[in-house]
Amino acid sequence: MKSLPKPLFLGALALLLLMLAVASLSAGRVWVPWSAWLSAGDDPRWAIVFGLRLPRTVLAIMVGGALGLTGAVMQGYTRNPLADPGVLGVSSSAALGAVLTLYFGAAGEASWTLPVAAMIGAAIGVAILIGLAGVTSSVITFVLAGVIIQTVCTAGISLALNLAPNPWAVNEIVNWLMGSLADRSMEEVQLALPGIVLGCGIMLTTGRALDALTLGETGAGSLGINLGLTRLIMAAGVALAVGSCVAVTGIIAFVGLITPHLLRPVFGARPGALLIPSFLVGAALTLAADMLVRMTPAATEIRLGVAMTALGGPFFLALLISMRRRLA
Amino acid sequence: MKPSNKGLSARDLHVRLGERDVLDGVFLDFAPGMVTAIVGPNGAGKSTLLSCLAGLRRPDVGVVALDGVQLATLPSKARARRIAFLPQSPEISWAVDVRTFVGLGRIPRQGAFGLGREDEAAVEEAIDATGIEALAERVITTLSGGERARALIARALAGWTDWILADEPLTGLDLGHAFDAVDLFRHLAEGQGKGVVVTLHDLPLAARAADRVIVLGEGRVLADGAPLEALTPEVLAKAYGVEARMIDGAGGPILDVVGRAR
Repeated sequence: MKSLPKPLFLGALALLLLMLAVASLSAGRVWVPWSAWLSAGDDPRWAIVFGLRLPRTVLAIMVGGALGLTGAVMQGYTRNPLADPGVLGVSSSAALGAVLTLYFGAAGEASWTLPVAAMIGAAIGVAILIGLAGVTSSVITFVLAGVIIQTVCTAGISLALNLAPNPWAVNEIVNWLMGSLADRSMEEVQLALPGIVLGCGIMLTTGRALDALTLGETGAGSLGINLGLTRLIMAAGVALAVGSCVAVTGIIAFVGLITPHLLRPVFGARPGALLIPSFLVGAALTLAADMLVRMTPAATEIRLGVAMTALGGPFFLALLISMRRRLA
Repeated sequence: MKPSNKGLSARDLHVRLGERDVLDGVFLDFAPGMVTAIVGPNGAGKSTLLSCLAGLRRPDVGVVALDGVQLATLPSKARARRIAFLPQSPEISWAVDVRTFVGLGRIPRQGAFGLGREDEAAVEEAIDATGIEALAERVITTLSGGERARALIARALAGWTDWILADEPLTGLDLGHAFDAVDLFRHLAEGQGKGVVVTLHDLPLAARAADRVIVLGEGRVLADGAPLEALTPEVLAKAYGVEARMIDGAGGPILDVVGRAR
């Protein structure tokens, strides 16, 4: 498919994201017309846009984009189309880090401990992943290593819930784990921004190394790629970005898995060509999904993380079926 | 013995894997403008030697130097601009089209913003040289073994390196395409002055392709010289355990095998 030149397509994606962002600010249970936007606080709906929907929209773009980019980087690095921070257990390990701070109440005293703990959790997750699977780096060992990490982290989270001192703490942890953008403020944006910007910036530098890894580690080495450095950069970028995302929104799975697959038919399979588009599409996907859950008529708002998993599960299955021949 | 100041030179290479000495004291000098074939039985250390020469494996003992500079001290990007390496049965992870695949060979040279005009010209040149114009839009993972082998050679050419080290590059190529590849290697060496070092299994083909044949056995150099001087009946018996000799055929040397050596 080469109907549209790639820069043009990239521009179209950016435009789509912009339109979704405007829609996200306007739409919801209350429709906010343009006149209210310019009222500078006179219209009560101004507060809805700038107090509620703006942080939510900004967070959706940041988190969705970061997750999409992380998915593209992890798929490129592991040369595995099933890779994603959720599938490979990095989101879970970040969540465990965050849950521990919630459990010990540190997050209540200093809010910055939450993203920092989540980043440390994510970093440990990535390190274990590379340690467990890095030697052979086959598709199957990576997925198995991810399953192991995820299992252990889920057990840790369950233990924290099990031992939680009061039902209020349990409620808070469970709610947060389900993954949502609801009721977030600019404070969350500020908490997540440094890690996401830094992490994404770091990950965007890996394009050439990921391209070279198309030829495997030997091939990449022969093209002058420093594999140890690449691994370190990838791990640092993923830990910063995923840790920050999970800290403010909980686990939103499958964005990273789906996004690169949607883009390969257009941009080709070269990993470096997918990085920036994956940020844009990850953001657009998350924003669209968040608007959908926001406007679904239900007594309680459906959690974004739950909706994403409901969408992502069948996608994952379809992917497995299409890969079956290659893996067999 | 100091490494030579010109060309690629290996001094006293030792590589130990487990209990086995894969390379056991290899001294070799390679000159540019020549095709050198490394032959030898399975497990003789051909691939290990080639990856040491390419700077991808650090020998346990010994040094490899390029024009007098130790490869181990050369930044990896600088090394990649001078030496292209084609691994044996290389991994191809993504279903990219052949043109994109060949473009991967430009990675050590491309600028910060992907492939520039010069890079694209180099890719087209490599595609022409290997005769895969018709395959350029195809997806690499759908190619036959022979087509893929040519795309791999094109990828190595695209990097404009002075040296091309290829591990079994003719595997999977039919007779006609194997000869095309041999002609291409000869042209790269004679016409463009590149140093070409290939490991090969097919002795008659090696004798035709190469200016120089190195016979490796159990990690040592058993013979080294012009093809027919290196591939003597004594060397063949020692290396392969067969009673055989190279004889002159109408077109070139032929391997006449009597049987297993007693």
